[in-house]
Amino acid sequence: MEQQVTNNSKKLKQLPQNLSSLKTVSYDVNARDKLHAIWFLGPSLLVLAVFVFYPMLRTLYLSLFLTNNLGKPTVFVGLQNYWSLLTSSSYLASLQATFVYVIAVSILTLIFGLLLAQAASFKVKGSNFFRTVFSGTMGVSVSVAAIFWLFMFNPSIGLLDQIASVLHLPVINWLTQPGWAMTAIVISTVWMNLGFTFLIFFGALQTVPVNLYEAAQIEGVSKSYQFFHITLPMISPTVFFVSIITLIESFKSFGLIDLMTAGGPNNATNLLVYRIYQDAFLNGNYGLASTESVILAIIIAIFTFLQFKILEKRVTYQ
Amino acid sequence: MIEAHSKRQKILEYTVLLILTIFILIPFILGFWTSFLPTADISKGALWSSHLSLDNYVAAITQTPIIRYLFNSLVVSILTMLAQLLFCSMSAYAFVFLKFKGRDGLFYLVLATMMLPFEAEVIPNFATVRSLNLLNHYAVMVVPFLTSAFGIFMLRQAFLQIPTEVKEAADVEGLSHWQFYARVVLPYSRISLLTLAAYSFLASWNQYLWPMLTTFSDNFRPVQDGLRQLQSQETFNNWGMIQASAAIVVIPTLLVLFIGQHYFKSGLNEGAVK
Repeated sequence: MEQQVTNNSKKLKQLPQNLSSLKTVSYDVNARDKLHAIWFLGPSLLVLAVFVFYPMLRTLYLSLFLTNNLGKPTVFVGLQNYWSLLTSSSYLASLQATFVYVIAVSILTLIFGLLLAQAASFKVKGSNFFRTVFSGTMGVSVSVAAIFWLFMFNPSIGLLDQIASVLHLPVINWLTQPGWAMTAIVISTVWMNLGFTFLIFFGALQTVPVNLYEAAQIEGVSKSYQFFHITLPMISPTVFFVSIITLIESFKSFGLIDLMTAGGPNNATNLLVYRIYQDAFLNGNYGLASTESVILAIIIAIFTFLQFKILEKRVTYQ
Repeated sequence: MIEAHSKRQKILEYTVLLILTIFILIPFILGFWTSFLPTADISKGALWSSHLSLDNYVAAITQTPIIRYLFNSLVVSILTMLAQLLFCSMSAYAFVFLKFKGRDGLFYLVLATMMLPFEAEVIPNFATVRSLNLLNHYAVMVVPFLTSAFGIFMLRQAFLQIPTEVKEAADVEGLSHWQFYARVVLPYSRISLLTLAAYSFLASWNQYLWPMLTTFSDNFRPVQDGLRQLQSQETFNNWGMIQASAAIVVIPTLLVLFIGQHYFKSGLNEGAVK
């Protein structure tokens, strides 16, 4: 009986297909496309739904609750979590440290990235060697970078303090003094960023028409004038693009902090993502950590939105 | 006069290049160099020793699971890369070549997910993988990253470059969507696919927070978190061995970077211009 039903439904399914093949080819294209859309899009949409959309809503939801140590919501507190965070001096200090870190990293990455790209464009022998070296940190992952720089910053055996003691300068406890710890993290992050930034800027420099420089040369314009009035305006879309990417990535920094300072000393490098990790997975305060996540997401969403706006502009101008 | 000027300029240029090279290379060089020194000498602050050897490498390979960590990372990164190539290209295909209701709305929804940082969603995601019984397994590092909004966006931009005549010709030939996708669209966009491959591989290789939360044993722990493990264990002050481990981890990626640089650079630029 069941067999028959399925057989019949099979026949029914076959019928319109047979008909359509007798008719024109374009018949039923929309239905065909709709069916294909399910297969082509299904896997991606499923993954995004489970691991992006659902957690977003869930995080929003949890941010309004107190939770038990298993992460289950217990007491609805409304915006209480937000209020207590935004009035907590320790959270505001984290927020401030994050902004200092993000701004310092972004500015230094841009300046040094441009400098590297400009230097790699010098017409000298061996410039290929320099290009390879400058892109090198792109192959360095976060834990390797942390090991390299932990050694550099080590107060007794690190190179920086060895040089300092040779020059009779005061030895700095890089990772255990608040201001210096932040400096150390910024230097390490910028160093890690430079490989990628260099490659992007170097690529952009190659797109500036050579005749602009030739004209400037004839006019006898100085190199720095050429840089600020020809190069920079010509590659400004790339500069914007890189600065937004760097900003967003810096807001999400976690690895170097975990490996080098663990948020210390005195929470001086306790940046937003590290705080979320601490509050959720070390202190078991999932409600509060969710609230922190929402705040982080809002900040990053604003910058990502800006990035789209800029990309849109570039596409229409080109 | 002009010659003297250009000579001075050359010297200036080389000086700038040299200073920048030192800043970039010093952490590498110092790391590699100390990996050949006995730890006893390193901890005295000596940068020279009469006992240069590969002992640290032997110790790292025999006393730590560093090779296992590398293998784990390789498995996870390759699986993630292959999955993203497949699923991102399929989704991008749907957004470019299939006509269905709500297509553009759906695309903007996918695009909007690029605004949501994974870091802000780890709490529910951890609960999800725990209830799916994926904890402490390769799957936990692959499944959430089977697709990526960035990859879909990038490939959609690439597929849009395919001339409409190509699609029309394929329709006349009677190619199905799967045939057109596999035989025309993918080969046509191979540079963008290569870029996504490199990008997704590196992104997976550099994952740190998520594997740290979800893997608890050396059998599955990837190399980034493996190095963290080495540092926090009794080897903490064994600088020679730690530097050797770092070198073992970084040398393969540097080689891949230098060999693949030509392709990667052209791919990146193509992606950045669009």
